[in-house]
Formats: sequence, C-alpha cells, structure tokens
Amino acid sequence: MKAKVYVTLKKGVLDPQGRAVLGALKHMDFDEVTDVRIGKFMELELDVPEGGDEDKRLAEMCERLLANPVIENYRIERD
Amino acid sequence: MRFGILVFPGSNCDHDCYHVLKHVMGQDVRYIWHKDGDLKGFDCLVLPGGFSYGDYLRTGSIARFSPVMDDVVSFANKGGLVLGICNGFQILTESGLLPGVLMMNKDLKFICSDVNLKVENNSTVFTSGYKAGEVISLPIAHGDGNFFIDGPELAALRDRDGVVFTYSTAEGEVSPEANPNGSVDNIAGIINKAGNVLGLMPHPERASESILGGEDGRVLFQSIIEGFVLS
Repeated sequence: MKAKVYVTLKKGVLDPQGRAVLGALKHMDFDEVTDVRIGKFMELELDVPEGGDEDKRLAEMCERLLANPVIENYRIERD
Repeated sequence: MRFGILVFPGSNCDHDCYHVLKHVMGQDVRYIWHKDGDLKGFDCLVLPGGFSYGDYLRTGSIARFSPVMDDVVSFANKGGLVLGICNGFQILTESGLLPGVLMMNKDLKFICSDVNLKVENNSTVFTSGYKAGEVISLPIAHGDGNFFIDGPELAALRDRDGVVFTYSTAEGEVSPEANPNGSVDNIAGIINKAGNVLGLMPHPERASESILGGEDGRVLFQSIIEGFVLS
C-alpha cells in the first residue's frame, strides 16, 4: 500500500521560502499570485494488509515525526 | 563535575565543547555516542551544535529519536542539567524538553557573525555569573534559528521568566533591527520550567578564550560549575 503525506505550515506561521518565491513570481509579472506557501510531500510504501490500523499508525507517524504539530498541519492520502 | 557531550552523526561542535570544558574549565568530560545510553555518573549533558542527520526533514527531528534521547529525557526529568547549543537547542525543542520550534531564518540565509545578547534572566544555574540585563557578545552560526512559539505559549514562557537571552543592540535595546533571524520577541535562548534545561542558538563555547575573540561564553560554563559546587 502507498500513502501520501502532505505537510504544510499552519496559518499565521511565517513562510520565508514562500515569500521569496512569491517575490520571484511577482518579478516575473505573475501579478495574479497573492500568496505562496511551501510544504513537504512524502510517499510512504507500507507492507500491511488492507483494513488494519494503518490510518491510526500513519497519523501517529505524522504527529511524532513527519510533521511538527507546533507549526505544521498534515494530510494523509492512501492509494 | 562530570560533563557528557552527546555526539550524533553530523555533530560538529562537540570537540569545541570538549576543549572548553576540559582544557579551559578543567572539568571531567566524556563524549557520549548517540547509540550508547548509559548516562550514570554525569552531572551535566551538552547537546552540541552541528547538522545532526544532515538536518533532514526538520533540524533536530531525527536526532530526537536517537537511542540515547530517551535517557536524556529521563535524565532531564530527574533534574539533571542539560544544555543545548544551536543544533542541540533544535533537538531539545523537537524532543519536547523545551517549548517552541526553530524555523528557517527569515532572510533564508545562513548567518555566521557575532551578535549582542541581552541577559534577560540571570537567576538560572546557567547564567548566575552574568549581571541582570547585561549585554554580552557571542557568535551565531545557523540557518534555522528563527524561534517560533504561538501566542499563549509565549505568554506562559514570559510569565515564568523562561526567556534567558534575547538579541539586542550593544546598548541592550531589544529591537527589530537587532533581530538577525526573525525570532519571536528576539528570543535567542530559553529555559524549561524546572530550570535545568537551557537551549540557545549562540555558541558560548566559541567565545570562552580571549585569544579566540571573547570570553563572554565562559561565564555560562563557569556559572554551571559554581552552581554545582554550591549544591
């Protein structure tokens, strides 16, 4: 099974990389862009049977390591 | 007094800390490899600067799960002294021993320079040798020193005098101009509630001998040692 994990900065947390990219896009005359937020995307291969406790375990992976709950949100998608 | 310096793959200030504690301060110092968990007999643990695990994922996030870290957390919870410098500070926030998080510098640049710091709290075991409000100079060398903590947690940190060092001007003014990396409230170093775990981004071990440009950092190590002797 494959799981996709998206980690994004929480609202209100300054994203210096996103701001730099926004500045570059503006410089390239893409004036319609009003904000850029940069996050992380991870693909996990799991060796588990369907219907187990993988959702719970994936959430735990995100809470404990893949995201830092102080500043980041996460979203899990499964194939 | 026996100091233990934790060594993770990618630590690079471990030898500087060893040199200062052993040869400048004359203390008993041992290295502790991150896979060796025996912390018996140590009085103070130092988590040194560097790029543990290449800063992958987030700074300090992988080192926090090194085998030795469970023992470091127990050591701290029993009242043992823990000092985290730079990457060590990042590991301490990731492990939950200190609140907040260190994010990428606001200008996206790695900054290597001397900065002025105001001693906001000199009633800790780590800072008793400084005067209250004293301005000291220490080097910083980091790409991820932008301290962030949300509003309620910041208020709680302030209420208990948890902020120990802030970036300031030479006159001690804690202003946006003196903030090198975008840290909330210019915060450069904090201490836990129990007063035995300190984390800071600047490098006291790089300013402990006049021949290397300054001695303001030595006062921190001196404070720890004198506090230990008195206790």
